[in-house]
Amino acid sequence: MSLDGDAATMTATMPPSGKPGHARAQITAKTYRKDRWWVGPVLTTLGLAVFIVYATGRVFQQDHYFVEAHHYLTPFYSPCLALQCEPASAMFGTLPFEFPWFLPYALVSLPFLLLFRFTCYYYRKAYYRSIWQAPTACAVTEPHSSYTGESRWPMVLQNLHRYAFYIAVLISVVNTADAIIPLFHGTGGGFGIGVGNLVLIANVVLLWAYTASCHSCRHAFGGRLKSFGTKPVQYWMWTRISRLNTRHMQFAWITLASLMLTDLYVALVASGTITDLRIFN
Amino acid sequence: MSEIQRHSYDVVVIGAGGAGLRAAIEARQQGKKTAIISKSLFGKAHTVMAEGGAAAAMGNVNAKDNWQVHFRDTIRGGKFLNNPRMAELHAKESPDRIWELELWGALFDRTKDGTISQRNFGGHEYPRLAHVGDRTGLELIRTLQQRVVQLQQADAAELGDPEAMLKVYAETTITELVKDGGAEGRIAGAFGYVRETGDLVLFETPAVVLATGGIGKSFTVTSNSWEYTGDGHALALRAGAGLVNMEFIQFHPTGMVWPPSVKGILVTESVRGDGGVLRNSDGKRFMFDYVPDVFRTQYAETEEEADGWYEDPANNRRPPELLPRDEVARAINSEVKEGRGSPHGGVFLDIASRMPAVEIMRRLPSMHHQFKELADVDITAEPMEVGPTCHYVMGGVEVDADTGASLVPGLFAAGEVSGGMHGSNRLGGNSLSDLLVFGRRCGLGAAAYIDGLGDDRPVPDADVVARAAEESVAPLERTDGESPYAVHQALQTMMNELVGIIRRGPEVAQAIEDLDKLRPRVERVRATGGRAYNPGWHLAVDLRNMLVVSEAIARCALEREESRGGHTREDFPGMDPEWRKTNLITRLVDGGVALKRQPLDSLRPDLLALFERTELAKYLTEDELPAEDGADAQEDTA
Amino acid sequence: MSETRTFKVWRGDNGDGELVDYKVEVNEGEVVLDILHRLQATEAPDMAVRWNCKAGKCGSCSVEINGQPKLACMCRMSTFEDGEEITVTPLRTFPVIRDLVCDVSYNYEKARQIPSFTPDPDLEPGEMRMQQADVERPQEFRKCIECFLCNNVCHVIRDHEENKEHFSGPRFLMRATELEMHPEDTADRRMIAQDEFGLGYCNITKCCTEVCPENIKITDNALIPLKERVADRRYDPLVWLGSKIGLRKEGADTPIVPNTKPGPANG
Repeated sequence: MSLDGDAATMTATMPPSGKPGHARAQITAKTYRKDRWWVGPVLTTLGLAVFIVYATGRVFQQDHYFVEAHHYLTPFYSPCLALQCEPASAMFGTLPFEFPWFLPYALVSLPFLLLFRFTCYYYRKAYYRSIWQAPTACAVTEPHSSYTGESRWPMVLQNLHRYAFYIAVLISVVNTADAIIPLFHGTGGGFGIGVGNLVLIANVVLLWAYTASCHSCRHAFGGRLKSFGTKPVQYWMWTRISRLNTRHMQFAWITLASLMLTDLYVALVASGTITDLRIFN
Repeated sequence: MSEIQRHSYDVVVIGAGGAGLRAAIEARQQGKKTAIISKSLFGKAHTVMAEGGAAAAMGNVNAKDNWQVHFRDTIRGGKFLNNPRMAELHAKESPDRIWELELWGALFDRTKDGTISQRNFGGHEYPRLAHVGDRTGLELIRTLQQRVVQLQQADAAELGDPEAMLKVYAETTITELVKDGGAEGRIAGAFGYVRETGDLVLFETPAVVLATGGIGKSFTVTSNSWEYTGDGHALALRAGAGLVNMEFIQFHPTGMVWPPSVKGILVTESVRGDGGVLRNSDGKRFMFDYVPDVFRTQYAETEEEADGWYEDPANNRRPPELLPRDEVARAINSEVKEGRGSPHGGVFLDIASRMPAVEIMRRLPSMHHQFKELADVDITAEPMEVGPTCHYVMGGVEVDADTGASLVPGLFAAGEVSGGMHGSNRLGGNSLSDLLVFGRRCGLGAAAYIDGLGDDRPVPDADVVARAAEESVAPLERTDGESPYAVHQALQTMMNELVGIIRRGPEVAQAIEDLDKLRPRVERVRATGGRAYNPGWHLAVDLRNMLVVSEAIARCALEREESRGGHTREDFPGMDPEWRKTNLITRLVDGGVALKRQPLDSLRPDLLALFERTELAKYLTEDELPAEDGADAQEDTA
Repeated sequence: MSETRTFKVWRGDNGDGELVDYKVEVNEGEVVLDILHRLQATEAPDMAVRWNCKAGKCGSCSVEINGQPKLACMCRMSTFEDGEEITVTPLRTFPVIRDLVCDVSYNYEKARQIPSFTPDPDLEPGEMRMQQADVERPQEFRKCIECFLCNNVCHVIRDHEENKEHFSGPRFLMRATELEMHPEDTADRRMIAQDEFGLGYCNITKCCTEVCPENIKITDNALIPLKERVADRRYDPLVWLGSKIGLRKEGADTPIVPNTKPGPANG
């Protein structure tokens, strides 16, 4: 009880409180909720697990990441930095050595993309609830005996989410280039468009939607201001970002799926399992 | 008898709504040690229900607005029965009171220029209501609550204790005011109990500000919450003060009567303005039968013509559903009394069959949302059951306009519990500004009164305290007696039927008889259970107040033989200029409610000059009218 | 249309009590509060329930209905399945006074610790000029009816009593945000938001937003923006560097209001 005797003297905007003997209702049930409150956390865990398993497998596969004919590069390997990257896939050149099996080719982007999502305000909610179970669901007693949240090291580092966002913007620029360049590698050279192009473009548009709807982005582009009065441009941006921001959760899940699908498409074409359907050239 | 807790204060404010908090803030700002006593939690007052806004002639939207125009609107709304000095102070000081709230953190909606936006409202000539969406009352209460906290913080920093000078006693009910034993009968304290524990408590104080709100719980259908049991009115009566014009009660003609989850919630007039029609249990649009002769030329006689008005008002007369409030209420009342009402004692307000659902949702989004959410009533699919709903009491403690002082030394009143300001009918938006203007004035008045006392502080009469203690716990100690809930219901039903929106002499006389019969029942109610947070006991204590207030209402309603504003006598349908000059004062004499007539202050010539002579002629007697052509305004001096 | 339902209502004083079964009449169109009132008028006249406006505007009748924190006046009987038993319990996070009524003084104590609105002292009444766009942000938070359901549901204090001392709950962190976003406020509550009001405990799991009867987006619009503002002030290394080399002017941090935290220090 925090309401001890000393507190009693300090609480008079209330019925004289902290009376000795006041205690919470002694209710032992973990919750009286009758709905299926556990479904959400279970689905979240499954969703995240599917992505992690798939992504891990693909990142360490070190194969089927590039379609030479149309320069399709999967986002999981962009930018490709290992010496063994196919030359045309390495937009920024490569490092002077071959990567061992445990180093992802996209060494500089993947950790930050992971960090961006790990520190994302939405994903935090998702894994705190489903994996960490703090709380598993609202008004359901959590299993932990103590809790300090993000107030201490190392969780306090979550406050640096904005840096992950800044880097994510740079990576999104690279992804955008990855989506545009293949447009100029049609079957006969020059401009061309196929299903692969559409997949890459759709994916990068969604990635931008996820990145731009980030809470840190909303803060940086206007939310931090005390008054919008003299800053119409920032106000305009803030309102637009705010609107996107209400769908941040949806974008978070959609982009997990679109990343996997995009990668899968590139992998299937690169491995020759399917052929890219060309719409024009 | 258990021990009585004692506290000592300079000023005790009873009620933590807008008026109470404003009074307490002022008293504390004047350096007085102040207690705020609230029946519910801090910040839950009924003031939060006010939606429209706070009227103040700031002139932000229309620069032509000024206090004189606001004053004129207020007097017109009150049908010239307002206390003129109160209406004047109110109109003059409201803008300052609103601006002051801004410095305490209130965030009103804005104009393009960044000033406080003001909206139009019925009876106000110019856009005048400062507002925050439809939750202005909440903004007001929260701002005052936060100002209280701010003052407490200052005391915490300076004196080491946030409650050194200003303390809120939440969930505490005052059952009796205690005077000293002297001849003057000065206020010396306030006695009550703490709801949580049932502990008895005496606040020793030379000054009490009543800010307890209204009396709605004496009626079955009311927009008021449980707190509105007329405590302040009853406390004032028992302390020897007078109540003025208790017959004037604002009923809204269309409050929901069913389902219970929304009973009492008002259905705005715009539902009728937008095409909603009233039907009885036969499905008949009955308003056509109730158009009075004076309105005959302005209102449609057939449904076709009435329906044409919504689209083409130039070539059609208005539908009779849009008659003035009291006419609509009278019609509903008649239908119900003649057995053609809806199953739950109202009539049907039907908009669902009148226009497509999407159109209703476009025009009345918040209405639709509110009923859907609260009651799962879809107003686009089914008619609503509506009836007259008790909303606000214009009558109240007779006070001095400048200080809020009642006739009892040391007793002050502000807000709905005080009387006079609104005359016979209150304009929308005037209640919130009333709270602020007269709340502050009460705080100042109480502070000045204390300064005048010097060291001569009244001491509570110990016998009175002992008796109050006995009376308050009596319902718990009885071994037999009725349930307070049953008696309360009987009182409400009787008042609703006999002293409701439309009154007839014999019915009101019957009500007075019935109240006599209810008195012994009230005196013998029994509350089971213990003293800790026992709502049955709380109701038993409050019943006493509802009974005496109901009697004051009934006696005034019988006495005033005219219809004006919030008082409609079917047997005296017109306004009478002679009655216009008359206030009805009720006081408690030998335990019974006694009534006397008292002349109303007349308007100062400069204020009278704000009105056209033709308009004045409708209200004033020949003697009171200013000379024609304004030749000699001297005749009308007060 | 009327039927009989089983209500299980927690009855008891202070901490001790139990669920008591009642068979009670339920009519069409009623809400849980109507049923509780019927119980008071019939079987249980001394059953304690806190309520006031009965229109979802005052925030008094907060209870837990089938485990979900709700306003009893806003919980329609039609939302339950046919024949479903209904369990009504007091708020779990706060001490019980009696039956369904809790001692919510925690909330009023926390409110008092937040430095109040601090306008420019030279500003005269009527001089304020603010744009609608600027007032709208804090206005959302001022819709709050102080039902304290958010503070009740927040696991930081619901499941960990010991955190109450260091954590003000979503309601009052939102109040801090509201003041920080007030265009005419001059104080800076960012440091104390973290150190005194416990913003760091919030792990943005959004239960506060889910239970808010006013549909205020507490997490997205108040708590996360406040976290970002706190990061500006205290975690962002570039901002820190900027302040060290004088690129950014450092405003004075507003301290917590003295003598408002309970404890022996206050004497």
